[in-house]
Amino acid sequence: MADTNYDVIIIGSGPGGYVAAIRSAQLGFKTAIVEREHMGGICLNWGCIPTKALLRSAEIYHFMQHAKDYGLSAEKISFDPAAVVKRSRGVSGQLNGGIGYLMKKNKVDVLWGEGRISKAGEVTVSKTSKKAMEPQHPAPKGTKGEGIYKAKHIIVATGARPRVIPGIEPDGKDIWTYFEAMVPPAMPKSLIVMGSGAIGIEFASFYRTMGAEVTVIEMMANIMPVEDPEISGMAKKMMEKQGIKFLLEAKVSAVKKGSGGVTATVETKDGKKQDLTAEKMISAVGVVGNIEKLGLEELGVKTDRGCVVIDGFGRTNVPGVYAIGDVAGPPMLAHKAEHEGVVCIEKIAGKDVHATDKSMIPGCTYCNPQVASVGLTEPKAKEAGYDIKVGRFPFIGNGKAIALGEPEGLIKTIFDAKTGQLLGAHMVGAEVTELIQGYVVAMNLETTEEDLMHTVFPHPTLSEMMKESVLDAYGRVLNM
Amino acid sequence: MPINITMPALSPTMEEGNLAKWLVKEGDKVSAGDVIAEIETDKATMEVEAVDEGTVGKIVVPGGTAGVKVNELIAVLLEEGEDAGEIDTSGGGSAAAAAPSAEKVPAVPESAPAIEVGAKAVSDSVPAPKTSAGDRIFSSPLARRLAQLNGLDLKALSGSGPHGRIVKRDIEAALAAGTGKAAPAKAEAPKAAAPPLAAGQSAEQVLKLFEEGSYDLVPHDGMRKTIAKRLTESKQTIPHFYVTLDCELDALLALRAQLNDAASKDKDGKPAYKLSVNDMIIKALALSLRDVPDANVSWTDTDMVMHKHADVGVAVSIPGGLITPIIRRAEEKPISVISNEMKDLGKRAKERKLKPDEYQGGTTAVSNMGMMGVKNFAAVVNPPHATILAIGAGEQRAVVKDGELAVATVMSVTLSTDHRCVDGALGAAVLGAFRGYIENPMRMLV
Repeated sequence: MADTNYDVIIIGSGPGGYVAAIRSAQLGFKTAIVEREHMGGICLNWGCIPTKALLRSAEIYHFMQHAKDYGLSAEKISFDPAAVVKRSRGVSGQLNGGIGYLMKKNKVDVLWGEGRISKAGEVTVSKTSKKAMEPQHPAPKGTKGEGIYKAKHIIVATGARPRVIPGIEPDGKDIWTYFEAMVPPAMPKSLIVMGSGAIGIEFASFYRTMGAEVTVIEMMANIMPVEDPEISGMAKKMMEKQGIKFLLEAKVSAVKKGSGGVTATVETKDGKKQDLTAEKMISAVGVVGNIEKLGLEELGVKTDRGCVVIDGFGRTNVPGVYAIGDVAGPPMLAHKAEHEGVVCIEKIAGKDVHATDKSMIPGCTYCNPQVASVGLTEPKAKEAGYDIKVGRFPFIGNGKAIALGEPEGLIKTIFDAKTGQLLGAHMVGAEVTELIQGYVVAMNLETTEEDLMHTVFPHPTLSEMMKESVLDAYGRVLNM
Repeated sequence: MPINITMPALSPTMEEGNLAKWLVKEGDKVSAGDVIAEIETDKATMEVEAVDEGTVGKIVVPGGTAGVKVNELIAVLLEEGEDAGEIDTSGGGSAAAAAPSAEKVPAVPESAPAIEVGAKAVSDSVPAPKTSAGDRIFSSPLARRLAQLNGLDLKALSGSGPHGRIVKRDIEAALAAGTGKAAPAKAEAPKAAAPPLAAGQSAEQVLKLFEEGSYDLVPHDGMRKTIAKRLTESKQTIPHFYVTLDCELDALLALRAQLNDAASKDKDGKPAYKLSVNDMIIKALALSLRDVPDANVSWTDTDMVMHKHADVGVAVSIPGGLITPIIRRAEEKPISVISNEMKDLGKRAKERKLKPDEYQGGTTAVSNMGMMGVKNFAAVVNPPHATILAIGAGEQRAVVKDGELAVATVMSVTLSTDHRCVDGALGAAVLGAFRGYIENPMRMLV
């Protein structure tokens, strides 16, 4: 009889769940993780990672088209959609296998199937009722299967799924979610993207680079509404130059499917209606937590607007039941899930750990141009009552940016004028997703403008702009 | 990919250990859970288990190596189908086997990065503060600036960040609580905190007092270093005071003989228990602390830790030093259970096979030198304990009973206490209760 008693069972092996499982095992807990479809969850099977592979193909294609700008020649440039998708699936498959290895290495049992908290301290794993997204990566070897398992601590890490707007339900054929958008059988000639959050804007950028006519429809007044308006406005201008069309303060009120594709009726703020027709439409209007069929309701676990309610350490109102990641509410980001997972398990282990500070979680969008940010936007900082100092530095003033042929972009920093605290940092332009971490470390270590000014940034790098932006906030900019 | 086996941290405080010996050799197949090596920590010898299955490809650190740092690569395990040619030992422990020790203190540069005069023009820069002893107070730049803006003295605050670093939330908490206000500058000098702890004579200073060649040098092992460190810390930080009492032992010795005679025997004629006087002393001390709970405490800078059970550490002398295994919840346990546990712990202590959780913690301790004929001594409190009871020899002494001279078996005991948390009368109360149990030992049975 196999042992079915654990210290910790985690339901869901996405970035939150699997990282929590490893940390749990490191802390000496006997740990199991339940997964019904794919190790690594949405992030590395249908989200963050495979889209980065697609966007890399698009980026290289873009460079090839602009080879002349660099004194190079490339002729008869074309692409094979199947090969682009195959590469993306391969990248995802490699990492998916890696999670299986990590579980084995850390002696975390993988329970293959659908997990439900059947009662306090008990998880019932049954055959999954969900149809797997194809192509599916295989389950790791040596998993345990259906059965009843006990655990002192149960962590719900079931993630989220695309939000569906009634009347505009994705059908997988003409109206896509990110699942279908990631494995296109052929490149559409035209595309409507509903929603300009990170998911929508990345696909808009990918398909535009691959040649599609793309129209993005956004309800709010700015694209990427969580970003600083100055930054998102600049990103919008740069994308418009590439040929992406944007309809802001607009919503899709109806869709009609016909032989020519999808016709969307778009209503703008002034009440005007217009019909847009495209070969495909992507619905990217956010995600909702997977809180169903987990036994949460029966146990009396509190939920709010489709997410489990937790404290700063992942604890729900029911002792022994925890939640982390997307299912525990926004911001729905893999790195937030990972951090919550570690904080949750360390708290269980009695470690001296601080609650997740959501004000320092960076966000990155990998469209062309990239957008990255951390902390408060300028309007939010003002709203919060801060007297602020704002620094800006454009890519055009940076030697490395010019050498790269990427002279467009901006790095913006926001300081509390009174204390010098770095309240927020916002960037648009080439490679900014790799730069933001510098400010994240600075914020976490509570540096002030002075420490950033005393730090030597390497030359020539894009990161020099980070220092210049700080200098600019205090009227000391050098290279502008 | 070959799996790196790294030096594990066997206790939270372990920074390095001695790789005593390998129980496998290169080419051996191992499964997860197999014992592959023995490691000596500061106080014990522990077994290291394989975490994965495979073949031992290379032993990087040979058996008998001292001072192996935690997380250092010690061997490489090959998975199926891999050969030793794939091993690259240069990289060190990428697959760290254990969490890094939590107590490592980040290196502090000799002098804090000087913010020179010119910087004054930039802004009102706040240099990293130091304690009066010259130690740097770890604090974030933002915390320093907030402290300055709000007139707080960082020396008066305690930090909640990593390694006690003072961060923004600590300043906010101090402001909310109205604590940590900086004293006027001129008052600062007399306010100086405790003087720096004496460092002791350097090795050079000691050795030059002796003629060269007149001695041998034996390097300290981990246990010796730990004893030195902990007891120095104890004597320098804990204000000790001592209470001594005599206890008559005759009733206890009689009861012990009676109980041991009554022990059931198994088929080999081995009794179920054989109580020692020390076992009964452990029980008596535990019950005394139950009766006087205010003395069953540990000191922290902010709180009195009121323990709910008496966990009694028992000093066991072993070759090269001593170790203090702990009888947990001794007040709840029958003396026979204490006795059997003590036999097991004592035996494994001598083999240096105790696990860290068997000798770390505890709420009090017993040190017994009676068997060596010592009449009376005072022991050093071993933090986090607040008390330690030193036991002298039980010997026949002339006593005065009801105005008559009489002979009784008497044992002198001395309780050392941490005066920060156990005051004089409290110490006397514990000792009084202890004598009550020793002289009326039947009370320990009910």
